[in-house]
Parts: sequence; structure tokens; C-alpha cells
Amino acid sequence: MSLATLSLTQASRLLQRGEISSRELTRAALDSIAAQNGRLNAFLFVDEPGALKQADAADESRKRKAAPSPLSGIPLAVKDVLTVAGMPCTCGSKILENYIPPFTATAVKKLQEAGMVVLGKTNTDEFAMGSSTENSAYGVTRNPWDLSRVPGGSSGGSAAAVAARMACAALGSDTGGSVRQPASFCGVTGLKPTYGRVSRYGLVAYGSSLDSVGAFGRSAQDVAAIFSAMQGSDPLDATAQNLPAGEISLEAPDNLQGVRIGVPKEYFIDGIQPAVEKKIREAIALFEQLGAEIIEISLPHTEYALPVYYLIAPAEASANLARFDGVRYGPRAEAETMWDVFTKTRGEKFGDEVQRRIMLGTYALSAGYYDAFYGQAQKVRTLIKRDFEQAFSLVDAIACPVAPTTAFPIGAHGDDPLAMYLEDVFTLPANLAGVPGLAFPVGFDENQLPVGMQLMGPHFAEAALLRLAHAYQQATEWHLAILPPL
Amino acid sequence: MPYEPVIGLEVHIEMQTRSKMFCACPVVDSVSAAPNTAVCPICAGHPGTLPVVNARAVEFALRVALALGCQINPVSIFARKNYFYPDIPKGYQITQYEQPLAEHGKITLHTSQGEKTIRIRRAHLEEDTGKLTHVATDWESDKRITDSADEAEKQKSGEPANRQTGKSSNEKTGQSGKSYSLVDLNRAGVPLLEIVTEPDFRSAEEVRLYAETLRALVRYLSVNSGDLEKGVMRIEPNISVRPRGSKTLGTKVEIKNLNSFRALERGVTYEIARQSALLGSGRIVLQETVGWDEGRQATYSQRSKEDAHDYRYFPEPDLPPLVIDTAWLERVRAELPELPWQRAQRLERDFGLSAAEVARLVEEKDLGEYFEQVVQAGVSPRLAFAWVTGELTSLMNAAGAGFDFSKVHPKELAALIGLVAAGTINQPTAKTVLAEMFTSGQSAANIVAARGLAQISDETAIARLVAETCAENPAEVDSFHAGKKTVFNFLFGQVMKKAGGKANPQTARALLSQALRQK
Repeated sequence: MSLATLSLTQASRLLQRGEISSRELTRAALDSIAAQNGRLNAFLFVDEPGALKQADAADESRKRKAAPSPLSGIPLAVKDVLTVAGMPCTCGSKILENYIPPFTATAVKKLQEAGMVVLGKTNTDEFAMGSSTENSAYGVTRNPWDLSRVPGGSSGGSAAAVAARMACAALGSDTGGSVRQPASFCGVTGLKPTYGRVSRYGLVAYGSSLDSVGAFGRSAQDVAAIFSAMQGSDPLDATAQNLPAGEISLEAPDNLQGVRIGVPKEYFIDGIQPAVEKKIREAIALFEQLGAEIIEISLPHTEYALPVYYLIAPAEASANLARFDGVRYGPRAEAETMWDVFTKTRGEKFGDEVQRRIMLGTYALSAGYYDAFYGQAQKVRTLIKRDFEQAFSLVDAIACPVAPTTAFPIGAHGDDPLAMYLEDVFTLPANLAGVPGLAFPVGFDENQLPVGMQLMGPHFAEAALLRLAHAYQQATEWHLAILPPL
Repeated sequence: MPYEPVIGLEVHIEMQTRSKMFCACPVVDSVSAAPNTAVCPICAGHPGTLPVVNARAVEFALRVALALGCQINPVSIFARKNYFYPDIPKGYQITQYEQPLAEHGKITLHTSQGEKTIRIRRAHLEEDTGKLTHVATDWESDKRITDSADEAEKQKSGEPANRQTGKSSNEKTGQSGKSYSLVDLNRAGVPLLEIVTEPDFRSAEEVRLYAETLRALVRYLSVNSGDLEKGVMRIEPNISVRPRGSKTLGTKVEIKNLNSFRALERGVTYEIARQSALLGSGRIVLQETVGWDEGRQATYSQRSKEDAHDYRYFPEPDLPPLVIDTAWLERVRAELPELPWQRAQRLERDFGLSAAEVARLVEEKDLGEYFEQVVQAGVSPRLAFAWVTGELTSLMNAAGAGFDFSKVHPKELAALIGLVAAGTINQPTAKTVLAEMFTSGQSAANIVAARGLAQISDETAIARLVAETCAENPAEVDSFHAGKKTVFNFLFGQVMKKAGGKANPQTARALLSQALRQK
């Protein structure tokens, strides 16, 4: 059995006992990448010498009994929208081809300081705009459960890497569901923290008021370990909350007596895949068996989340992506005038979906349209936040599907951006409200594709969500399911 | 038909803090620092970077806003102003739009027509842009044109300037034989305070006085050096004219590129005349942005209204609202120094100086402080004023290094003035001594002693010199008696010459008259 099959929690235990070395573990991950990445295209860049060097350093510190944390020596994959000094950061775009950032994202830095070994950078929809990883300029990532299907997106590379045992854990970003939906499609556990809980410094911005850095692991326990280490304030991010750091303990409660879980009726809509609804209902029933009280609730403005998101996120993106002009970094198109350099560079190097969202956002912010579009969207966003505040006055967590369907075939939404946008209909509201959301596997559909449940909680209630998912995972084995041979 | 100008001002003032508005890069002199030496991933707009507000810059801005009597908004909002230009690394400028830091201030000017109050509409914080240098390497020219804000405006519209100068700097990509542009991001991200007035100005004089008062203020508050030539303070008037007596506003024109008070006054005067002439001949004024061409002493069109940009302002999601709590505000208020107009009032009241004299003293903070120290050392305000604004200022100006206390300590100047008052040296000698004090740093007493400059007041000695002079110049004495009274000055000069300049001039004059009368 390859060491690559170890989960983060298992690997950590064996490392601490000295039964395995970080070099062995890292070597196994690199071998797993070498064997599978040709098929999956999960990684865009692998830093083999760097990873082995970090592994050796981790082994060295552990020998001196100076390991910085239980995470020391564990391999990590990083979505290619987070900077790691010295490694390319393409954001899945031609406009950042060969761009090597001079600094490391705070979330990554905190994990490196905890001793984690960065293997490389994973594939993403261009600038995290997409729900399938098909919008990457560097090719689609394939779902390890079925190579003809997408892994979800935009953090599809990271989700696939964890599912295919190429890395114990991975970082992603979630602006409208980009951690949770691929976690669901790939059968892994993925957390989108509260907005501001993890520094965004070094995360290439898409929708700044919605973006959060999230984590993938094989279990709630894995994710809790990573999240504990990367959360917290950052002098470089004015929106990062100043909360006490500290490890989240997931001691499994005997039962969930006294825990109230809300089930929002608006999340079980027409068009939801029957197998998805069935598995979610079963999981809810299990929570009830474990002692939780299940309460039907309402989030009445849910239907507006999608239009609100597709005004706010593109509006912010239109400004965030203005810096890619070919002047200071990235490729530059040859042209006669300055203005032509700008338009040609951007016209040639941005993909269709990115250009679509830039135009959408530019329009939404234009004089004469601002009030009707961006301004109005912000007002409705407030109503959506209020829905959650009211819900969380009644319940401790909200349970619902992550996405209406399981992984869909590559190309299925090729000509239909709106159908693609609907993939995120259950995940967008958490970003608009800034609340945390956790996705974890609760079974398989008729095609043996993973189904994911989403738990959402009040601001800063990540620990509560992780404990609930941990309780579920103590009682089930869906998160331990082994990939079919490919 | 007589026309009346209506003018409002936008003034951009760099807050010269140690570090930039949103990152830790130092604020450097944009003229002397080597290009791109004060730049980091944040102010260069690298992907993934975020802004963090420099609290010191907020504090500097609060000083100015409080001094202008503004209401400080307890919560203000940063916004993104979106446009493409190579000097703006993020593709947007972080500024304040709907909720600025401060509003509703005022400033009182003392014009030749009397007191005039200018209302301040708002003051808000933002970040400066980088600087472009356009380099033409074709056969036409190889000169470099340093970009100013106006050039930026022009290029944003993609339109070459043309109205009067035909200036054009259509950039090309950097290939040999073609013109290109160099980007210096040292200035990008430097904190700026933009102060916007109501359209309250009615003359170029008022505009100049306002700018001078504001410059004095920011220097008193130690937030800005006031070097207009270096672009750390940039003044942009919006000018329209209308028939005198009319209540409606005419079409406004904005002037950029005014790099000195002189250019400001001339540019405004020029634009008033240009617009008045247009209206007077039945034509109309076009709404546009113009630049001031120092060489031609004229404005030229840069950008018409049609090219105006939609900046698509929206609240900056990377920065939480800026909260100014009462404690902070009161601390800044308590730490405000005496303001120029407060000092002017006090000097006028306490020292009996005229408004014009006081204005001269408060213009430069150091000059006024120096003056007061000289008075404190026992010199009468009038004498102190004459020496400080006269001889001493000439020496300082000639040395060209601002007002430097260390050259001549106020107590030393007071001692020198004391020597004149006591009759130890005369006025011309005192000037020579001051010049030497300025260069050598020696005290007045030492110089007078070392060089034997003490004045001769002994009447017997002077009388002897007078007698000698008359004996040696009989022809002049005769012509004096013949009625040519101007010869007196020649003879007086001869007496002083014999005395080596040290004779008490009053005594010498009196004794010479006496001697001539006796003849």
C-alpha cells in the first residue's frame, strides 16, 4: 500500500510516532502525481525538488523534537490562484502565463510555518470563474471517479488531487461555491470559512467581498487541522478578522442532543437530481438518529442569490482584473499605441468566460445603471444576510445539498453559461452572507458518483460545522470510499 | 459687456508620511529618487495584494481638515475609481467618493478688496498615481516630456491635444526609432488629500491667496513641504465666466499643469480673458480640460467633455469603512499647532504690526517663529521685523536653503541689533557684521572686537576728521558756500572714509554742518 493513500490525520499520527518520514510521504505523493496527473490534469505545476527539500527539513526538525506542529511534513497542494513565492501563479489564465509572484499568500505561509510541504499548484477555472474547471486555459481537470466528467470548480484541481490521493490536503478558494461544489463532485470534505476568517492576502482576487480561502481533506478532521493553522488575523488584510487562533478539537460527542439543524425548504427545488435529494434526506435522518433536532426553516430570498451574485461578483471582478494590462507582468501583445496594447493583451489573453464577466460587471457599474444593478444587488444582498441571521436565531446549522446534481459530463454546459451558473445556486448564498459552509460526502448516485451535503453555520461557527460533520463521519464510511480503478 | 469669473478649486496635497497610503514603501522625493526604488508588490498592483490604511496619513489629513474647520465624518468610505493608464497599477485608484473624510469647512482670505470667505465642500483621502516620462526617439525630437496629471487625462481619452499648441504625445510601444514611455511607480500609492472648494472665487488674486494660505497651512501642520514645483501640491481651478450680475453659471473649464503660484495666477487670468473674449464676440465656451503651457503663457485643450470618463465608482471591498472615533479626533485636535491665521491675529494684536507686515511674517512658519524669538530677546517688534524680513531674509535667500535657524541664532541677531542701538556700531557696519555672522557663525561682539569695527562716537576725534576733510577739499567747501548744497554729501562721504566707516554718522553729519556754517 502506498503512503499516498494515508489521510492527513493518519499521516500526521505516523509521522509523529516516527513510523514514516516526511520524505517517504512526500515521495509517495510525488509518485502518485507522476502516475496520475497525465490523465487527471489536476496539477499545473509540481515542485519536486522544493517539496523534497521541505520534507527533509520537516524530518530534520522532528528529529530534533522541534517540529512546529502536527502538520509538519505533510504534503499540501495549492490552488493556482494563491501565490507561493517562486512558483508560477497562472490563475488558469494565459494572461499570467509565466508569472512568478515574489511573495507567498498568508494562508500558505501559515501552513508552511506549521511545517507543511507544498507540492505544487493545482488547476482552476480561469480566475476561479467557473464550476467545472473547464474554463482553464491549461486544459480541463478530470474527475477521478469518472474521467469523462468534470471535477467541479473552480477548485477542481485541488479536489481531484485529494480524491486521487495525490496530496493529503489542498487549498482552494470559494467565491460562490468553488470549494464546496468540487468537494461534493469529488467525494472529499471541503470548507469555505467565514468571510474574513482566513487572510485573503496572496489570493488573486475575483469577487473581493465574497472570496475566501478554503481547504480540502478527506475528512472533517483533516480539514479542521488545516483550518486551525491557516485562520486568523493578518496585518496585510484589513478584512481579516482578529480572532484568537487555536486548534479546533473534534472530540466526537456521544450524541447530538440539543443540536438544532435547519432544513431550508427553498433548497429542495424542482430540477434537483432525485438521487441527490434522496441522499441528503438520508443524511438528515442520520443526524436526527444521532440526536439532533431537525427543523424546517425558510430562507425566503434564496431565489435572488443567483442574480445578486452575478451582479456583485462580476462588478468587483471587472475592477480586480483591470490590473492585467501587460504593463508590469505577464505577456504583452505587440501593438502601435498604448491603448491598443491594453485592449489587444486583454482581448487575446483572457478567456471567454472572464471577458463575459468583466463586461457584465463593467455594465453593472456604469453611470446610469449603477443604482438599478449594483446598488440594487447590494440591497438584496442585505436581505439575504438577514435571512441567515433569522435562521440562525432558530437553528445551529443549516443542512442542504451542495449542488443540484452530481458531477456532470465534460462539455455538458459548453454553450450554456446560465446552466453552468445554476450549479452554484445552493452555495452562492453563504458567500453573499459571509457565513461558513462545509461540504462532505453522504453517498453515491446511480452512477457511483459522490453526493455532497452542505452544512452552513453562523459567522465564525466553523468548529461547530466541523464537529457535526465529524460526528457524521464517525457514524458512516462514505468519506473512506476508495476510488474505482481507472 | 463686463464678465465675472466663477471659480472653484481642487487641490491635491501629498500627505508626506514616512510610508505610503496602503503599503509600507517609503514616501520619497519623486524628483531626486531613482525611478522605481520605492516600490513593492502592493503599490505595483501585483495580483493577490491588498491595501491596508496608513493611520498616520489619516491623522495628517485630519489635521488639515480640522484646521479648515471641516466636519469630520465619523465613518468614511473608500471607493475604487476605475480607469486604464500605465501610471495606475491596479487599473483603479483607491479614493473616497460618496462619504469623504471631511466636509463643510471654510477659509478666510485677506484680499485687496477686504475679507473673503471661501467654503470648502469636501476633503478626502486617496492614493497618488505613478509618473510617466514620454520619450520620443524619432528624428523629430529626442526630448523627454515628464507626464503631469494633465498628460494622463489626455492619454486616457486616447486623443492628442491640439487646440493651440498642437502638442501630441501619442505613445508607441518601446521599439527602436519610436517614441515610448517610462513608468516610475515611486509616487504610486503616496497618500493624497484632495480639497475641493465651492465655486466661491471671483478673481485670480483670490485664487492665488487661497493657494498661498493653504500652502502655509500644510507647512505649519508639517504634513507637506509645499513645493509646488515638485508636484507635492497640485492646484486645479475650474473656471467659468458669466455676464456680471447674472445668476446662472457659465460653462466651466478645468486648468491643469499649474506648477507655481505665478503660473496659477497667470493661467487663471488668461482663462478668464479667453472665455470673456469668446463670449464677448458671440461665441461659446466649450466644456473641456486645458493645460497651462508655461512657454507660451497660454492654455491649450487637452480633453473635451465628450471624452469624459465613466469612472464606475463603487465602494472598495478590500477596506472596511474608516472609523474616526471621538478620542482620536480630539487627540489630533489637541495636538494642532497655532495656525497661520491665528498667529497673524496674535502678532497684529500683541506687536502692533500692520496686516501686511503680519502677512509677511506668517507666510513661512519658521520666519514668524524666528521673529518672535528675536522680540523675546528684547528687540522692539518694529526693529526685529525690519532685520528679519530685510537683511536676514536676503542672506537666507541668497544661500537658497530655506529659513535656517542654525545660521544665525535669534539671540545673536538680537545682540547685533543691540550693538546698533547702543551706538557701538552703525547700521552699515551691522550689515557687514551680520553677513559675517551668517558665514562664520561667530557672535556679533566677537566680530566687532576682532575687526575693530566699534563706532567712533568721540566728538573730538570726529571734529578732527571734519577739519582735515575741509582743509583738504577747499574747492568743494567754496562751492558749498556758493550755494551748491549737494557738495555736502561728498564731504560727508570723505569724513566717513577717513573714519573707515566707523564714525557715528549722526555726529559726523552734525559736526560737518557746524564746521561749514562757521566758515
